[in-house]
Amino acid sequence: MDIKREDIKHLAELSEFSLSDAEIDSLQGDLQGIIGYISQLDELDTDNVEPTYQVFEMENVWREDEILPQEADREALLALTKETKDNQIKVPKVL
Amino acid sequence: MKIANKKVTAERLVKDALAKAKHFEDYHIFTFIDEEGALERAREIDKRIAAGEKVGRLAGVPYALKDNFLSPRGETTASAHILEGFTAPVTATAVKRLEDEGAIMIGRTNLDAFAHGSSTENSYFGPTLNSHDRERVAGGSSGGSAVAVALDIVEFATGTDTGGSIRQPASFNGIYGLKPTYGTVSRYGVVAMASSTDCIGFFTKTPDDMDLLMSVAAGRDPKDMTTLPDYYNEDDSQTDLSSTSLTRSRLYGARSLRTASEPSGTRSRKDCLRIGIIKEFDNESVHPEIRRALKEKCELLKKKGHEIVELEMPALKYGLAAYYILVPAEVASNLSRHDGVRYGFRSEKAVDMDSMYGETRSEGFMPENKRRIMIGNFVLSSGFYDAYFLKAAKARTLIVEEYAKAFEKCDFILTPVSPNPAFKLGEKVNDPVAMYLEDVMSVSLNLAGVPGLAIPAGETPEGISLGLQLVGPRRSDKALLEFAKELE
Repeated sequence: MDIKREDIKHLAELSEFSLSDAEIDSLQGDLQGIIGYISQLDELDTDNVEPTYQVFEMENVWREDEILPQEADREALLALTKETKDNQIKVPKVL
Repeated sequence: MKIANKKVTAERLVKDALAKAKHFEDYHIFTFIDEEGALERAREIDKRIAAGEKVGRLAGVPYALKDNFLSPRGETTASAHILEGFTAPVTATAVKRLEDEGAIMIGRTNLDAFAHGSSTENSYFGPTLNSHDRERVAGGSSGGSAVAVALDIVEFATGTDTGGSIRQPASFNGIYGLKPTYGTVSRYGVVAMASSTDCIGFFTKTPDDMDLLMSVAAGRDPKDMTTLPDYYNEDDSQTDLSSTSLTRSRLYGARSLRTASEPSGTRSRKDCLRIGIIKEFDNESVHPEIRRALKEKCELLKKKGHEIVELEMPALKYGLAAYYILVPAEVASNLSRHDGVRYGFRSEKAVDMDSMYGETRSEGFMPENKRRIMIGNFVLSSGFYDAYFLKAAKARTLIVEEYAKAFEKCDFILTPVSPNPAFKLGEKVNDPVAMYLEDVMSVSLNLAGVPGLAIPAGETPEGISLGLQLVGPRRSDKALLEFAKELE
């Protein structure tokens, strides 16, 4: 399939990237190549085959519903962010 | 490996490792060296040894930590700009288990940013050089860890393997690298790439060292619901037979191998294993030196009384395409958390929420990160989901089944890790598909969840390292390491 500039812009939006024109150009070529390659799966007959999403052998790992002591407290976590106010993370204006 | 005792102090071991790290500085192995902290911990261990106290199984052993493992010692960057400044408030379970036994981290090692790559050239900090040839790549993504062990700076290093990131750099540098069975070592506190294929493992110079590390690190972790019960340290007879697709080879292999070091003349028939060679990975597309190395190892095995069987695994050639659909899909999801809000880098250009996300992620991710995130969002988007993501998930089923069938015919598989030995720096970094093709023989193991051990297999006439991988059924990790000694 043909990947257009508009497709790259759409994917950039889904991915939350602000791309320059030069980046859009190079990603268009790169993604065209990669999608071309992965499209070879078309050849593979997968009729009546169930999908596999994980290869972990077990199901339903249960635990008690209780709060255990945590390594990092609120203060340690808030210390990781750029700016805080009143014990909360401060971000630029939303609207 | 050298463990600290009354004669050889931990301080001596750590000082030697630090001096070697400095000596090889221009290989760009480390993103951070913890000289002060490592020496401090070494002196503590020495004090305990002097006092006759019990010390761990890895007392005073210096090691290198791939920089995608969380620990409060140094920033955890995953070699990506977007995590710069991030000092983890928690410690990865694997790190905790190693350090509880006395291992001492001397530094954090370079990787392809977020472990996206096969050469360590996608690092924000620049590439690591190959231990045997400085014009060649270290392999990746765990390039720094592999070179740190190959140059004998440390006794061992940690790695992560999502599609070959331990085995390929191990083989590019002539050392052992184990990707365990999926779920063997806890992923808690390791920067997520693709949750259904990510595995934690190690680089060592011998199979015995690897066995020691696995016995320390393996086992269930309440913080990672996808960890298996500690089959690795259990006796065969106690293994929970009901919960695993147990094949003949697992039990048979593990038991019989206990006597496998006896001379072949005295070996009984049951000690001889059947080793599979994958027909599709032994043809002109593989570098002649790698094919020669494979042939030589097969001859060696035959001489020791083992049987070589040829396997046809036609679905494997679709493994790479399936991998580069499923993994980017998981990458896109896992990396959406890096948004400049809670930790790490936030762009100076952020004036509102949209620009904070967009500019932070654009400046913070490497080009290969962006490609994978965008491919992931492409294969998951409505209209393409069935043709790509669902199709790849079905292909994955065929690959899982193909391995299961293969292990009915053989005990282990011996195959190349990659089609070529270490390539030149810059040769493939701007051509993503060419780089991906280097992963064609390694990724299918991750899709199937089976273990693979990269083993050294000599050198080319120019002195470039060669490696092969031994593949076993799920939970055969210990037997795999035992069998690797047959190939030394």
